[in-house]
Amino acid sequence: MLELVTISALNGVLYGMLLFLMASGLTLIFSMMGVLNFAHASFYMLGAFFGFQISEIVGFWPAFFLAPVLVGGIGALVERYGLRRVHRHGPVAELLFTFGLAFVIEEIVQMIWGKGPVDYRVPLSLNFSAFTAFSTNYPAYKMFELLTAIAIFAVLLMLLTRTRVGLIIQASLTHPHMVAMLGHNVPRVFMLVFGVGTGLAALAGVIAGPALVTQSNMAAALGPILFVVVVVGGLGSLSGAFLASLLIGLVQTFAVSINLSVADVLRPIGVAPPNGGVLFDVWNVTVAQIAPIIPYLLLVLILIFRPTGLMGTREH
Amino acid sequence: MISHFKTMVCATTTAAAIIAALPAVAEDTVKIAYIDPLSGGGASIGEVGLKTFNYLADVTNAHGGILGRKLEVTAYDNKLNAQETLVQVQKAIDSGIRFITQGNGSAFAAAIEDYVTKYNDRNPGKEVLYFNYAAVDPVLTNDKCSYWHFRWDANSDIKMNALTNYMKTRPNIKNVYLINQDYSFGNAVRAEARKMLAAKRPDIQIVGDEVHPLLKVTDFSPYVAKIKASGADSVITGNWGQDFALLLKAAADAGLQVDWYTYYAGGTGGPTAIKQANLPDRVYQISEGLPNEPYAPAREFEKAFRAKTSVSLFYPRAVNEIRMFVKAAQDANSVDPVKVAAKLDGMKVTVYNGGEGFMRAEDHQFFQPMYIGNLGPIGKDQPFNEENTGWGWKVTGKIDTQDTILPTSCKMNRPS
Repeated sequence: MLELVTISALNGVLYGMLLFLMASGLTLIFSMMGVLNFAHASFYMLGAFFGFQISEIVGFWPAFFLAPVLVGGIGALVERYGLRRVHRHGPVAELLFTFGLAFVIEEIVQMIWGKGPVDYRVPLSLNFSAFTAFSTNYPAYKMFELLTAIAIFAVLLMLLTRTRVGLIIQASLTHPHMVAMLGHNVPRVFMLVFGVGTGLAALAGVIAGPALVTQSNMAAALGPILFVVVVVGGLGSLSGAFLASLLIGLVQTFAVSINLSVADVLRPIGVAPPNGGVLFDVWNVTVAQIAPIIPYLLLVLILIFRPTGLMGTREH
Repeated sequence: MISHFKTMVCATTTAAAIIAALPAVAEDTVKIAYIDPLSGGGASIGEVGLKTFNYLADVTNAHGGILGRKLEVTAYDNKLNAQETLVQVQKAIDSGIRFITQGNGSAFAAAIEDYVTKYNDRNPGKEVLYFNYAAVDPVLTNDKCSYWHFRWDANSDIKMNALTNYMKTRPNIKNVYLINQDYSFGNAVRAEARKMLAAKRPDIQIVGDEVHPLLKVTDFSPYVAKIKASGADSVITGNWGQDFALLLKAAADAGLQVDWYTYYAGGTGGPTAIKQANLPDRVYQISEGLPNEPYAPAREFEKAFRAKTSVSLFYPRAVNEIRMFVKAAQDANSVDPVKVAAKLDGMKVTVYNGGEGFMRAEDHQFFQPMYIGNLGPIGKDQPFNEENTGWGWKVTGKIDTQDTILPTSCKMNRPS
């Protein structure tokens, strides 16, 4: 029992940190620019494929730095020549633009790398087990994932709240005209923010690629859960996203290890399960079986009872 | 998006055909509609199937086609969705296609089987045949069986029977964990595994029985932690596609050392994950054929197939399907679906990799020799490795056709 709890907690934290790596860029873009970027997971996928391609040629470590920069560059170009023009037509147009972009990126990735998975491996320098808990190995690579996520959180938080750059970025969101009057190039600030945000997604991709499977549907598989993280954490709140990632990672992991169903709970107090029909299935579904939808349930509940999210300050 | 384009093209050609008021499709081609996922989570699997059927059509055409006519495969994307599957079936029938093949997902197979049966009842003279090459839910040839449905893959019960017969002989198996996808097929696997293990090896403990959502889980570590905590020494899984690859990957990370008894370890991404998990000779697959069997014609076929498509032949049953289709048409001297069906009914052949096979008339389930093998570093006389891993299949057990036969509950409605 203790073993399962410990290991589930570890797994939950690890999964949560991976979620945070991806959600950080999304929440950055949203809080700074007010753009809900539907193509965010696609940049994550691009990061994974770029990481794979570059590491084939020059190895993992150059890819770790190069891929996010390249994808961030693409992100900046998308902002400069796409999003900025669409911006005039309001947030719905922006939303539709990023929505379409997600499909375009997926199709391009399929054209170049095909629909099957590519052989993207954990680098040899990290391919050993960091420690063993209850005879379960913890790969060094996952620890690396964890540390990167925490480092990114710390750096971003510092950057936004403690530096001049962060000050200008935050001011650009609420008072763009005033910031422009003071001589700052607001559109360029936005371009940079979008570039950095997508670069962060790409970084998550480079790291997650070898840990999960790198293939053209990876964006679609992880996209929806990112929105859950951002909404539960509070739209635009970095600390909120961090907390929500941890929460969702832990909830999902623990739910999987619980084999309890409605029938198990009600039987001791004398309620007999129905003999057949639709209710029979509902009665016998275990918590483990519904684990993957629990985050979405959380999303719905948060939107009803606390629309600002855990740490959000604004209503949208 | 490409598939949308394709459907548009299909729709346009159909419209053109109707406008020109031509009788059905051109007389010199026989068309098969290939209906499987070509986008989303199942795309990697659907693509391999499509490559296989396209290759088979090329080979058939190089040998004179079907009664001198060209065999053509038309692809339809069902997006792993039952509703979409039926839309695509209707679309195929509307464009004059009389033969449908599908394999990925028993839930969709059941929808097609039901649709085709009703369609044939209502449209005598325009019958459509459904060739199932991979959907293995037993119900399709039992309670829900149909005269118009033919299944070339061994159904899940046949596979489980063979698998448990093999497991019976392995005394080191004591604690078994079941993990499967949460839909009709996954549930059939777990039910049958429980039943057969209880009958053949009552001493084996089932220490876990898990189902998870189909093609939705991205991180299997929590499931692997559970397997580990259960103390299992062997795992039985019917998982396919990324659900298998990701499961194995998580097992590799956690250092889970168990034997895996699977249906689809050889699917796209599977061998790569097994190599990464470093489980040599510990992942088994039960199927109707594995590369590296010593049968020479199969080896030649495999070699030519890989050279052309750059994937391994994952569906030897598709080869049997197309060969038998051609033979049935020749025997009937017609491509009329009713006459073809009558010839397929009970047909006996030598299968792709040697040995006898037959299409049982009572339920249209094909019976053939089955093979169990495991994946490991290739040795002498193992010419084929998988996904460039340097690891290949080694056959460890063969079950003759006679020993794969299971009874059926099918009460078939035959056309009079």
